[in-house]
Amino acid sequence: MVPLSYYLVLGGILFACGVTGFLIKRNIITIFMSIELMLNGVNLSFVAFAAQWHALSGQVFVFFVMVVAAAEAAVGLAIIIAVYRTRETLNVDRVNLLKL
Amino acid sequence: MGVGTFIFVSVIKIVVAVVILLTAVAYTVWLERKVVGHIQNRWGPTRVGPFGLLQPLADGIKFIFKEDLTPPHVYKSLYIAAPMIALTCALTSISVIPVGNWVTVSGISTPLQITDLNIGLLLILGVTSLGVYGVALAGWSSNSKYSLLGGLRASAQMVSYEIALGLSLVGVLILAGSFSLHEIVEAQAGTFWGFIPRWNMFQGQFVAFFIYLMAAYAETNRVPFDLPEAETELVAGYHTEYSAMKFAMFFMAEYANMITVACLATILFLGGWKGLPYGPAWLQDLPVFWFVLKVFCFLFLYIWVRGTLPRFRYDQLMAFGWKFLLPLAIANLVITALVVALKG
Amino acid sequence: MLHLILFLLFGLVCVAGAVNLLVQRHPISSALSLVVVMGALAAEYLLLGAEFVAAVQVIVYAGAVMVLFVFVIMLLNAGEEERTQGSRVAMLIGIPGMLVGSLLVAWVLIQHSGTRSAAVGELPGPPKTLGWLLFHDYLLPFEVTSILVLVAIMGAVVLAARPESAQRTGRES
Repeated sequence: MVPLSYYLVLGGILFACGVTGFLIKRNIITIFMSIELMLNGVNLSFVAFAAQWHALSGQVFVFFVMVVAAAEAAVGLAIIIAVYRTRETLNVDRVNLLKL
Repeated sequence: MGVGTFIFVSVIKIVVAVVILLTAVAYTVWLERKVVGHIQNRWGPTRVGPFGLLQPLADGIKFIFKEDLTPPHVYKSLYIAAPMIALTCALTSISVIPVGNWVTVSGISTPLQITDLNIGLLLILGVTSLGVYGVALAGWSSNSKYSLLGGLRASAQMVSYEIALGLSLVGVLILAGSFSLHEIVEAQAGTFWGFIPRWNMFQGQFVAFFIYLMAAYAETNRVPFDLPEAETELVAGYHTEYSAMKFAMFFMAEYANMITVACLATILFLGGWKGLPYGPAWLQDLPVFWFVLKVFCFLFLYIWVRGTLPRFRYDQLMAFGWKFLLPLAIANLVITALVVALKG
Repeated sequence: MLHLILFLLFGLVCVAGAVNLLVQRHPISSALSLVVVMGALAAEYLLLGAEFVAAVQVIVYAGAVMVLFVFVIMLLNAGEEERTQGSRVAMLIGIPGMLVGSLLVAWVLIQHSGTRSAAVGELPGPPKTLGWLLFHDYLLPFEVTSILVLVAIMGAVVLAARPESAQRTGRES
């Protein structure tokens, strides 16, 4: 038996790691991965709550989060490719002009 | 069944499954060389043992004793990890494949598969989708243009064809109503009008079977979809820089994947271990024989295709996957769902 | 007891993977550690009885989304990341702030969540029930997300496609 709070803390740690990565990473792809990490932390708490309250709708929400994450990854990576094509850098600090 | 017996039985099943799988891998290679040889009017291996039957052994010894080169400028940790990932993923999926019904040996009753998961089919799909990392990382970490192109091709191809593959399986799932491979086989028991077996292939899933076959050839990087290792343009694709046992691991992974795909096709579309509904009763009830026979037919088809068809061009491959297989799979799914819904 | 041990084991793998994502300089190492996190999370889902979610996690996240990431990293041949001014500012303010915030949240959660425990396999998520929920109670959100995915696919194609002129010159050369 694992208390619910353990799962929530684990989800929180993952979310915090995601936030940290979002803040300190300079590579745009890694920043994007940090966002995925945050979403994963949230998913864990959804599933934990679903088990806690005996409500499967928590798991259904995980599907929605996954679908949105997949859509986001497709569009985001397309944007990254487009940015790289014009700027030839993946460092977010160097992508600081609105136009070339 | 007590915990001790359970662990004992499980360990025995795992050992037997791995040994049989690896032997099957070795002899699929032999079979391929032999059959392709005959298709191309050659003899294939003949020197080692009768009919070259000991050739796999000789190959294995050769792989072990060859110098294990690590080229300079590779990304070392990933370079070493890639073949291991590929082989691990290839061997894992065998664990949920049922080769027969329950058997009872000296009072212990057990199914002829390592474990019967509720989500068996999904496990196989998940593990095969992880297998792409082995190929992609091998291509990237080798730090060579041929390998990189091979790795890029492999990852794009496998992600694309996985969609058609997954959709082609949904029709079967609708008919069976379960993800457990054991139950999927059980759902195919019986006959139509007494002489056509109720295999999914004859239950209107013929199109799905065709899609599965095409997509599976692409997933396992086999001819006519072997673009990731196209030797005429990419030297050897993602395993250009590999030698000795690391190369052998990729080789084994490829053939183990072939066998898994053949097993899965047998289970999903050809009624698994169920025999033909006629003939003498003892022949119908032979436990593993029918399964092995069907898998063998699939492997033979694989080899036959390899000996016959030329390779696709890359844009043809992508167009075939996205513009032909995917719409076809969706149409098949919609029609199957409609028929099942109308039947109630 | 076994449940707790398994939870801690996979939780440790999760956290180690997440920290490794932060420490690694090379994007491909970060991507692989994220794959490890996702695999370990799938195991945690299994512990919570959500076997279908676990399978989908491996197939969709680890098998498709992360392959896409690795593909883009390989395609752009992304090298080691360079540290510039922005990261130092974020490190000075961000990490302490994040630590304080997460410690606070963890403390509150452990203090107030009472004694209820999530037992292993207590709530099996059979795919049938999930499908029923998804296609009955949540049909509208489901359709909306399907449109979202369609829009995303078209957007990705438009964004990643080369501009018309570049394509033409590319073919001529």
